[in-house]
Amino acid sequence: MSAESLSREVAALYDNNSANIIAMLQEIQSRNKNRYLPRPELEALAACLEIPVSKVYRIATFFKAFNLEPKGEHMVSLCVGTACHVRGAAKILTALEGELGIVDGGTTSDLKFSIETVNCVGACALGPVAVIDEEYFGELEGDKLPEILNRFR
Amino acid sequence: MKKIENASQLDAYRDQCTAGRNPDRPMIAVCTGTGCQAHGCDKVVDLLRTELDDAGLADKVEVKTTGCHGYCEKGPLAVIRPEGILYQRVKEKNIADIVSKTIAKGEVLDKLLFFDPATKERVKLEKDVPFYKLQERLVFGDNGHIDPTSIEDYFGIGGYKALQKSLTEMDADAVVAEVKEAGLRGRGGGGFPAGRKWESAKNVAGDVKYVICNADEGDPGAYMDRSLLEGNPHAVVEGMMIGAFAIGATDGYVYVRNEYPQAVRNLQSAIDSARKLGLLGENILGSGFNFDIHISKGGGAFVCGESSALIASIEGEVGEPRAKHIHMAESGLWGKPTVLNNVETWANVPLIINRGAAWYKGIGTEGSTGTKIFSLVGKVKNTGLVEVPMGISLRKIIFEIGGGITKNRAFKAVQTGGPSGGCIPEEHLDMPVDFDALTELGSMMGSGGMIVMDDHTCMVDVAKYFVAFLKEESCGKCTTCREGLQRMYEILDKITEGKGTLADLELLEEMAPVIQQGSMCGLGKTAPNPVLSTLRYFRDEYLAHINDKKCPAGVCKSLTAEAQA
Repeated sequence: MSAESLSREVAALYDNNSANIIAMLQEIQSRNKNRYLPRPELEALAACLEIPVSKVYRIATFFKAFNLEPKGEHMVSLCVGTACHVRGAAKILTALEGELGIVDGGTTSDLKFSIETVNCVGACALGPVAVIDEEYFGELEGDKLPEILNRFR
Repeated sequence: MKKIENASQLDAYRDQCTAGRNPDRPMIAVCTGTGCQAHGCDKVVDLLRTELDDAGLADKVEVKTTGCHGYCEKGPLAVIRPEGILYQRVKEKNIADIVSKTIAKGEVLDKLLFFDPATKERVKLEKDVPFYKLQERLVFGDNGHIDPTSIEDYFGIGGYKALQKSLTEMDADAVVAEVKEAGLRGRGGGGFPAGRKWESAKNVAGDVKYVICNADEGDPGAYMDRSLLEGNPHAVVEGMMIGAFAIGATDGYVYVRNEYPQAVRNLQSAIDSARKLGLLGENILGSGFNFDIHISKGGGAFVCGESSALIASIEGEVGEPRAKHIHMAESGLWGKPTVLNNVETWANVPLIINRGAAWYKGIGTEGSTGTKIFSLVGKVKNTGLVEVPMGISLRKIIFEIGGGITKNRAFKAVQTGGPSGGCIPEEHLDMPVDFDALTELGSMMGSGGMIVMDDHTCMVDVAKYFVAFLKEESCGKCTTCREGLQRMYEILDKITEGKGTLADLELLEEMAPVIQQGSMCGLGKTAPNPVLSTLRYFRDEYLAHINDKKCPAGVCKSLTAEAQA
């Protein structure tokens, strides 16, 4: 689908009302295979809603939910909420970054994995915890990571 | 389904739902809250259903998938009713025994019962387990009894009675007066009296008014609002309806984190089924009251927990707060009178209407009535969600309900109030927990995160952690917050690297009031709290980093023995 027709379809879902722009961007991103907002789609949405591209860009960069770069096939969300932090999440992040060769927020060059740090996934009893493709991995230790990641490789 | 048009039809429908819930019928209530899902409860539920089917017991025993029961530490949890037997850490391999022994023959499986380390005995019933015993689960307790996606279940436990009472036996003034008299204070952090907000909005003239539910729970380490929305969404919907009736609102918005897909689904299902029954829409129960609820999914910004930023976000703008001198009750969403309360506050409303302000005031302390749900996490044995009457001591929560510190290490501090709360040391553990006492201690109630820390937690690192979080989440509108937090972070980072000086501590203390006074919204106004409270109670630890170049807890990497060798 072209960027223009996608924008028209999504905007129509939300009454073509630019007050719903956050929901529209969420919808466009969720339909993208790499869960991000490519530039042509931001421009198309702006044209469709008859608002400046800068306004769309402002929203897309303010909220953390939006990505402007393609994300990997598997999203490794490492919880760095307070409960996980006091249980050593920082060490797990270092180990994870080393294992995948990318930093927090990055994506591997083969578009296989992305790392993101999130604040509280509500599984504090299992901290430190990571969520990969909606599957929870709790009581993490650095040396458990290769085995876990291999399941997704 | 036929629409309910008046109070007597509502009574008839409720009777029908109640009759469908035979309290003596065996039921296995399996917790499917987030914590238990992480423990693998879905497989337990599937297998339980298959085994019951195979044993020909599927018609006799109901398997109910409920929201969070609170005792996340021991998940997956299953409660066998009507007896109320608690089975914890239920694994797939236990299912055959549960069906063939407990369900078929009434034999209790000892190995699945909670083992009380204090008495060295197994505890059979959920209500006798120490974790639950001291709690008063008025708001959260229903979670374990209902399927959150079933409006019939909610009716079965007396649901929408408070709405009915408000619409048919009371008027808007009486509802506001009741909530005001009950002393209900906002559970989202501020602790502002809900009744006073309602009264102001009610007294402003206008045909269009709004109520908003803040479900943008952004505090790391707090997940009670999520668990309420997931486990009992109708209680929140009913609370909002009563509030809307009281102030004369026509529309309500729930601003919920997009990262909570299950909460969004269950809430949507609750709204849809209430709409189908005619409980949302036009002329509700024939009273002439029109009201509907919409969901607005957040984009992931902590600052949107601030009411004016949240409203900007619903309006499709970036979430930047505005000055507080414009009152939301007069000019809120789209410039109309608006009342905003958080999830837990709304869920308290039906209770107050049903049981009355006098009863409600009997729980808690004089200045803080009712109960509060805390997420008790960190280095504590019993991680989970606990609901306790206001005024209970921190010691009771941490050591009796929470079972003490993991690995029996030494307690160091408990952090309350979210990222901009404070750390409270041992000597203040006997303080009663309420809005005012926590503020006096240099912390705050916040939304109810309670993170327990032991002697392996470095307090300078903790302060740095929170400031790092807050500087990331600062929207950048006020210079003092944007730049001040960045500088604070740099100083704290320097101290954890072993490069701090005593002058740095003075600078931190000098910057704190500037950030507090120069920032417009709650984020900036409270942001220095973690630094100030750790400096107040744990100054020694800062001094150890600065003077001795040591991190007593062994957390700061540059100061460990290996790094220095």
